[in-house]
Amino acid sequence: MESNLITEDKQKNKLEKAFEILKTMASKPSGLIGLAIVLFHVVLALISPYIAPYDYKAISPNTMLLAPSAEHWFGTDSLGRDVFTRTILGGRTALTVTFFGSLIALLWGGLLGIFCGLVGGKIDDVVMRVVDAFLSIPWILAMLLIVSLLGTSTEVLIPALGFFYGKGIVRVARAATHDVIAKDFIVSARARGHSNMSIIWNEIIPNVRDAILVEGAMRWSWMLLGFSSLSFLGFGVSPPTPDWGLMISNARGLMSFAYWSVIAPIVGLSSLIIGINLTADAFAKALGIDRSTKAPV
Amino acid sequence: MLLLILKRIGLGLITLFIVSLITFVGVEVLPGDACTTYLEREAYGAALDACIKRLGLDVPAYERYLDWASNVARGDFGYSLSGEMPINEVLGPRVKNSLVLASVSILIGIPLAIVLGIITALWRDKLPDIMISTITIFSMTIPEFISATLLILIVAIWLGWLPGIVIIPSDATFYELLSNIILPVVAISMIMTAHMARMVRSSVIQVMASDYVQMAILKGVPYWKMVFRHVLPNALLPAINVVALTIAWLLGGVVVTEVVFNYPGLGRLVIESISNRDLPVVQALAIILASIYVGINLIADLMTLMLNPRLKSLQIRK
Repeated sequence: MESNLITEDKQKNKLEKAFEILKTMASKPSGLIGLAIVLFHVVLALISPYIAPYDYKAISPNTMLLAPSAEHWFGTDSLGRDVFTRTILGGRTALTVTFFGSLIALLWGGLLGIFCGLVGGKIDDVVMRVVDAFLSIPWILAMLLIVSLLGTSTEVLIPALGFFYGKGIVRVARAATHDVIAKDFIVSARARGHSNMSIIWNEIIPNVRDAILVEGAMRWSWMLLGFSSLSFLGFGVSPPTPDWGLMISNARGLMSFAYWSVIAPIVGLSSLIIGINLTADAFAKALGIDRSTKAPV
Repeated sequence: MLLLILKRIGLGLITLFIVSLITFVGVEVLPGDACTTYLEREAYGAALDACIKRLGLDVPAYERYLDWASNVARGDFGYSLSGEMPINEVLGPRVKNSLVLASVSILIGIPLAIVLGIITALWRDKLPDIMISTITIFSMTIPEFISATLLILIVAIWLGWLPGIVIIPSDATFYELLSNIILPVVAISMIMTAHMARMVRSSVIQVMASDYVQMAILKGVPYWKMVFRHVLPNALLPAINVVALTIAWLLGGVVVTEVVFNYPGLGRLVIESISNRDLPVVQALAIILASIYVGINLIADLMTLMLNPRLKSLQIRK
């Protein structure tokens, strides 16, 4: 009964609590800047198809490599496409792919981690060995292999990224479950005869959620880094999709005289990654989790 | 103690075994085998037969795995399809080049990270900390290919100080390499230093708040003596493991950096072999890179064990 009361109480205060966390995050300048940057990018991604002044794939020999001007705010690229249009649409690609990728990573990584922490024993040992082995293959090699064999559509990229960035979450979720599982309220739930499912849902998930969410926020920025690196190397989304990594890699060869077409996507991508990082940091601090001593695995 | 070391090595070997299984099974399960993938549209008739024979694809998969694994264990990685020579010959100069790049970056990065970490921790939330911490956050979050591109744009193109694109044959001598790797080294060590400096900082802060440091302060131990005698040894020890993980994680970043600077190392070989669809080389690279990762972590574990007498007895009792 007591645990039910607590969960009801929590539900009532859920919105209030989320607001409280946001307020704590925004109370420090770094958190406020991070939140503002992420919000800016999300809003821009939502409205970019309606405010884009040109067609992102319209190639024109008359407008090749124009310097920034009133018509083309950020200039044009080597195929005569408007860099401003492609830059604001690039954020849409990056955010869509990495948002759904992180969601997949959180779901499978979190659930498998909780499961392993709960059952322990042989199953846990075997799963953790395999996760360790996956961790020791450099992500870039594994991603490149998958993408080169299965193609570079977003239907392949999103689950592949989700899978590869989820294995680190398995460890965090498992460790958090281990911490919780020895506590008295789990023992008493067991004694009351609650099923495993009900224990996972009502007792464990509310207690490990914070740790997993913080990890997921971190994964989000790493996934963005990984995704844009793949595009940069030519193994991410395929042209003419507007994508920052792809734009940087295309414009790089010409940057000695047309630097504007490389600066715009660099500013877009760097600001979004920094924004997500600052937000994730502030989020972790607001929840009282210290992640500064953790290595990026 | 010896038992513990053996156990760690055993765990590392098991991990490598699983990695070899994963890469092998992955290549088996994903559509196409090494020959049809490599030959693409020309995968028929005599060319396909010759290739299948060359790689021994006509025997069952488990036999091939055992063959391949035992050859790898002896240090023979097989035959490169695109290079048309044994993979070992392809790897040799690449390993050397990457090793030069990585060791120079590490030699610069680690001492710099320790110094920066200590400065930011001792002047916590003061001007030096705020300045250095802001720079480290920037350099650790911005992707490698962006910082590398910006370095080329600013240092090579706008200022004209250094050549932007490194043009060196893969068999260049050590001295030829050194003069050409300034920008790649800066790009790699920037990120590495930032990651490690942050860890050193939080580790030092933690130790500074501990009881025995408070005790030392109360006893009147001079400040700098306390920092060097009591704080640093205790703060740097736990950082070893994290530093190892960071170095291993950066292997992926090295791939990207090598591509940006056109540097003939292992990283560019990864991209080349995947673009050429040369699966035997990809498999070899997976094992090599995973061994580096496992090796670095093993060394870190052993170093921590050797340096920390407390951990030694704890682990044995466990």
